[in-house]
Amino acid sequence: MTDTNVTKTEESPRYEGSTMLPPVDVVEDASGITLYADMPGVPKDKLNVRVEADSLTIEGEVALLLANDLEASHAEVQLPRYQRAFTLGQELDRERVAAEFKHGVLKLHIPKAEHAKPRKIEISVA
Amino acid sequence: MYRTWFPSDLIAELERLQRQGQRLAGPASSLRGVGRNGFPAINIGGTPDSVEIYAFAPGLDPATVEVTVERGVLTLSGQRSTELPVENKTSAVHINERFTGRFSRAVSLSDDLDSERVSAKYSDGVLHISVKRKQSAQPRRIEIH
Repeated sequence: MTDTNVTKTEESPRYEGSTMLPPVDVVEDASGITLYADMPGVPKDKLNVRVEADSLTIEGEVALLLANDLEASHAEVQLPRYQRAFTLGQELDRERVAAEFKHGVLKLHIPKAEHAKPRKIEISVA
Repeated sequence: MYRTWFPSDLIAELERLQRQGQRLAGPASSLRGVGRNGFPAINIGGTPDSVEIYAFAPGLDPATVEVTVERGVLTLSGQRSTELPVENKTSAVHINERFTGRFSRAVSLSDDLDSERVSAKYSDGVLHISVKRKQSAQPRRIEIH
């Protein structure tokens, strides 16, 4: 068994830069934003979450344990890499992003910055 | 010879589209389709002594996934529950793309496979099912005396 890729067998160098877009769910509540992303086949050490300036990038490389002499006969997952980027608003606290990765699902929680927590605006009646 | 008539990137793009199309409605598309919303995506490969099936099914409790073999058809089914909160005043769902609900996919096994020797393993969100070939179907070297 080697750490090669079943999804790579049919790839020509032309597709090298191509990536799959992982499906995501995004929920917002008073405490912040929670993002779930499906990235099956990515081991923890091949997962990469980056926060740069105003963008959040999630990346992962598919690495399945395969037999040496495996010949692919049917492939619905044809690229070995996931990538997706999002823009982050100023109201989010990018220093405190928390990540969890289990069974191929990435869960990210980005809390809101203190100054951006909800507050009720009093309406004064003149 | 035809390639020289087109810029190579266009060819690449067409090839990609064609492969994508074949998945859904190619000349040899599967009767069993590709599953609702394509979940889970399946890759299949073969070795001289087994057939390896990889189902990309993230976020499942392995105890709730069912893998059965009946009359030469291997079926994997299960359910993925949603992690989204019920829509209420204090939370909002901005993007909802991930699959939820029941799923079931079937793969027909060829005659040379041994339905008694099937193993399944779940790791990193991928269900790996290995079906061994029957001993008699394995390539055998004939000695020449």
